[in-house]
Amino acid sequence: MSEGVVSEGVVSEGVWGRFAGALGGFRLEAEVSLPPRVITGLSGPSGCGKTTLIRCLAGLTRLPGRLVVDGEVWQDERRFRPAHRRPVGVVFQEASLLPHLSVRGNLDYGARRTGGASPAALGEVVDLLGLGPLMGRGTGRLSGGERQRVALGRALLSRPRLLLMDEPLSSLDAASKAEILPYLERLHRALPMPMLYVTHDSRELGRLADVVLHMQDGRIAPAPDAPGPDAALAGLSPEARDALALAALRAGLDPASPSPEPVDRDRNPGA
Amino acid sequence: MGEVVWTTVRLAAVTTLLLLVLATPVAWWLARRQAWWKEIIAAVLTLPIILPPTVLGFYLLIAFAPASPLMAPLHAFGIRTLAFTFEGLVIASMVYSLPFAVQPIRNAFEAMGERPMEVAATLRASPLDAFFTVALPMARRGFLAAAILVFAHTIGEFGVVLMIGGSIPGKTEVLSIRIYQLVESLRFGDAHKLAAGLVAFAFVVLLAMLLVDRGAERRRPL
Repeated sequence: MSEGVVSEGVVSEGVWGRFAGALGGFRLEAEVSLPPRVITGLSGPSGCGKTTLIRCLAGLTRLPGRLVVDGEVWQDERRFRPAHRRPVGVVFQEASLLPHLSVRGNLDYGARRTGGASPAALGEVVDLLGLGPLMGRGTGRLSGGERQRVALGRALLSRPRLLLMDEPLSSLDAASKAEILPYLERLHRALPMPMLYVTHDSRELGRLADVVLHMQDGRIAPAPDAPGPDAALAGLSPEARDALALAALRAGLDPASPSPEPVDRDRNPGA
Repeated sequence: MGEVVWTTVRLAAVTTLLLLVLATPVAWWLARRQAWWKEIIAAVLTLPIILPPTVLGFYLLIAFAPASPLMAPLHAFGIRTLAFTFEGLVIASMVYSLPFAVQPIRNAFEAMGERPMEVAATLRASPLDAFFTVALPMARRGFLAAAILVFAHTIGEFGVVLMIGGSIPGKTEVLSIRIYQLVESLRFGDAHKLAAGLVAFAFVVLLAMLLVDRGAERRRPL
């Protein structure tokens, strides 16, 4: 695994990826950059390519592109690091627990393959997600919310450097959602890695996401209801940002005027 | 009498074991490949169900004959023919029961879907690792069904054994052939004993299959 150091202005921390390619009749053309410690929300209509983007980042789908994580090239024109060699945690939309294993077996599955989770790490994740009472159970006897908590814990115990969550709450009823959201908020404060959170629930976005990207027809577009200008620009490359700024100036916008929608957030993502 | 039962059980056991090993990669390939032409392969592999056993036995007899091109490379090892041998019978039984092994395992792999293998990959399991730690355990009911079907089908085979077995006591004489011979020589009493034994055996096998299915049904809402 002797991936080179990144050029073309990509920082050595966090994730930067650009994918452009067709999959069946669908075309994805997206560029994302995910800073560490930040939950990047990704929303958009069904079929717009959110899941495809997640799969590209996880290495489950291969589209032409480039992906750099913490300064390591995971994909470029020649290289493609397969999914099982990427330290990525994925929480899928529907329950994806391995049915032949208990809750503990599921948590151990990834942990064992990454050098084994220390008892401390296991304890921490179990506490963080309230998994203690579930440990000995089979996966068939869990509620929807419990399953997603186990799936999340399992992903975390595999020591990911990037956490991808593909509508993890969309298959849950309102009560289960309410039950799991506080856990996610707690996670957010505890985890150091970049996180991508796909959802089309604006309440979830409001509670969890620091930055929101909007996707449409396989492209990242500025969100119509973005929390602030920073978020709208977060998905763009520096060149695209400069081009936008230039266009704004030419259109007569005054750079000194305040943003139309003041940023009302307790955390400042880029900081 | 004991010798015939032993030969029969040994044949069924060896056939089942070897066939499960052989059918697993085939079933996996058929379950995972998207190519339309894979169904041509699947149809060829299913042929033994449709073909009369005598047709299958006839071709196998030709293939196992000393002059056959398939046998030529084996001459160097002192093997001239596989016809009328236990080994030949095992190979014939494997061909004959192949679809009964491939189909349930393929179904089990297909029912599993892509997701568990993807989950395993995101948890850093290599494809081979995931195959053994996820696919095989998840498809265990398919394997159980395949094993039961192949074992029972081999016990019950008649036409193929008749064509290539030669009914040599202790080597290739099996139950179904013995019953036929007993009836031919009007020894109905002995025929009854063996036939009733096989009926009981068939019942136990079917019951086992149904219980396996029920277990799968009960475990489905996961």
